[in-house]
Amino acid sequence: MSVLTKQASGAAANLAAPGGKPSRARGKRTNQRSGYLFLLPWFIGMLFTIIPFFASLYLAFTDYNLFTEPNFVGLANFQAMFEDPRLLQSLKVTFIYTFVSVPISLAVALLIALVLNRGLQGLAIYRSVYYLPSLLGGSVAIVMLWRYIFGNDGIVNGFLGLLGIEGPAWVTDPEFALSTLIVLNVWTFGSPMVIFLAGLRQVPAMYYEAASIDGASRWRQFRSITLPLISPIIFFNLIMQLIGSFQTFTQGYVMSGGTGGPADSTLFYNLYLYQKGFTEFEMGYASAMAWLLLMIIAIFTAINFIASKFWVFYDN
Amino acid sequence: MALLELPLKNKQKKDVPAEDALTGTTGTRFSRHLILCLVGLVMLYPLLWLVSSSFKPSNDIFRQLGLWPENWDFSNYEQGWTALNQPFHVYLINSLIVVVFSIVGNIFSCALAAYAFARMEFTGRKLFFALMLGTLMLPGHVLLVPQYIIFSQLGWLDTYLPLIVPNFMATNAFFIFLMVQFMKALPKELDDAAQIDGCGPFRTFLRVILPLCVPAMATTAIFTFISTWNEFFGPLLYIQNQDLYTVPLALRAFMDSEGQSMWGPMFAMSVVSIAPIIGFFIAGQKYLINGIATTGLK
Repeated sequence: MSVLTKQASGAAANLAAPGGKPSRARGKRTNQRSGYLFLLPWFIGMLFTIIPFFASLYLAFTDYNLFTEPNFVGLANFQAMFEDPRLLQSLKVTFIYTFVSVPISLAVALLIALVLNRGLQGLAIYRSVYYLPSLLGGSVAIVMLWRYIFGNDGIVNGFLGLLGIEGPAWVTDPEFALSTLIVLNVWTFGSPMVIFLAGLRQVPAMYYEAASIDGASRWRQFRSITLPLISPIIFFNLIMQLIGSFQTFTQGYVMSGGTGGPADSTLFYNLYLYQKGFTEFEMGYASAMAWLLLMIIAIFTAINFIASKFWVFYDN
Repeated sequence: MALLELPLKNKQKKDVPAEDALTGTTGTRFSRHLILCLVGLVMLYPLLWLVSSSFKPSNDIFRQLGLWPENWDFSNYEQGWTALNQPFHVYLINSLIVVVFSIVGNIFSCALAAYAFARMEFTGRKLFFALMLGTLMLPGHVLLVPQYIIFSQLGWLDTYLPLIVPNFMATNAFFIFLMVQFMKALPKELDDAAQIDGCGPFRTFLRVILPLCVPAMATTAIFTFISTWNEFFGPLLYIQNQDLYTVPLALRAFMDSEGQSMWGPMFAMSVVSIAPIIGFFIAGQKYLINGIATTGLK
């Protein structure tokens, strides 16, 4: 990339001044200045990112409540967090949600992408149908719909009734409420699927030809060719899905009417953060929560990067 | 960072399947289609059921699994439209205002930043680019409390400014990244030629590069539309005045006034709220699929 831009910008300077150094320097400088000019909105935006970033780190060590001046309280917020049963519950909810729904939706996405990649007619239609839900999964309308689909008299229990099964009260039973949201998340497998499909297209067909001449079975081809070659894509999808899923908010809020109920069974971490910060106005505590989640996400991402050395295969 | 660079460079092949395409017997191909159709049906069923229920009288909705209403009833739409403080088109217009400004802001500021990153040379470019990619993975809630304080001190609560203004400051790294990828693929001779013709950087950007980036801008516009239209958390935080509610907040208000008689109208307004997304999806799916495939992000 740098080569490309260097050449592009260097060319004009060379042209303007075949021999003279001063004007070459001038050409560079104008480009220099206009580069920053183009980035001006972004610089202002970065100020609005960097300042709040450090401000929230500071607030995490205070008892700020929006109405009185913040007092420095040291690690009190962090100590309180580890004794807060609702916080631990919200971590549990978020972890279960993430570690159940992310692997399932990635597996489904990969499976469907593999089937679609077999050169079927109507690929574009299937791809659209499977992709559409991932655009709607975060909308209030769909989460509300989910609430009614899984309601006592909803269609899920309707279908179970046809099979002679008495379905549970999905939404109001703490044992099942979270599972309805896991289903909702799996329903949106379309966006990783599209990324998988694009990756599968790039596996050269000759590898498979060579392998089948050597008599490798389908399964063997999948394990020895497809899987290693798309492992970077799997890795990418995994990271992005994990980060997204740790930050789930709307689903829990709408499903429970903002409470995280029943019995805190849909109390996602960010929902609890919202309750603490913006209904109880314990903004110091909320900032500390935000930083804890940031650290959790950073640790999981780091673990993934380290682990990736053992299973992600880079061709070049 | 390598992670973000890696998926899918520009060597994408056209719709040629990598594996042994179109082999397999008619039987296996048929069964594959059958499975794919069934999965598709299961996935679309909730949406179809939503649309059909919006045309059913409220009493008919539950335990009715069929998709064809026995008694067509359009009154849900009438009732839903007027059930809240304001007629529903007020909320649609509110959402539209936020969406339009967000799209304009994102395209304008992200294209500027992307041009600098992709095609200019200046001190610190690499560092800034890395910083930009870093913000891509930064969870937004870390900034939440201080940003809320800033916006409230500016007197921006109960206005759309907190939802709109950040989009004019290129805070959406995803779109910058998308446009950088796109602009890097354009031949560098374009800039040279424009400069020989006497164009400064801004005119080169405006007259030469930008017109070629229409597909990337379309992708940005559609993604911005869908995410802003769905956006719930921002409005929840900053908008208290019911007359200023955006569509997702208005829908939530239906839930508060819950009662069996409201199910029909609520479903009707749900259909109204997701119809534009489906419309944009159908119109722009080429850009969506390409966008998601080249950047590998939602």
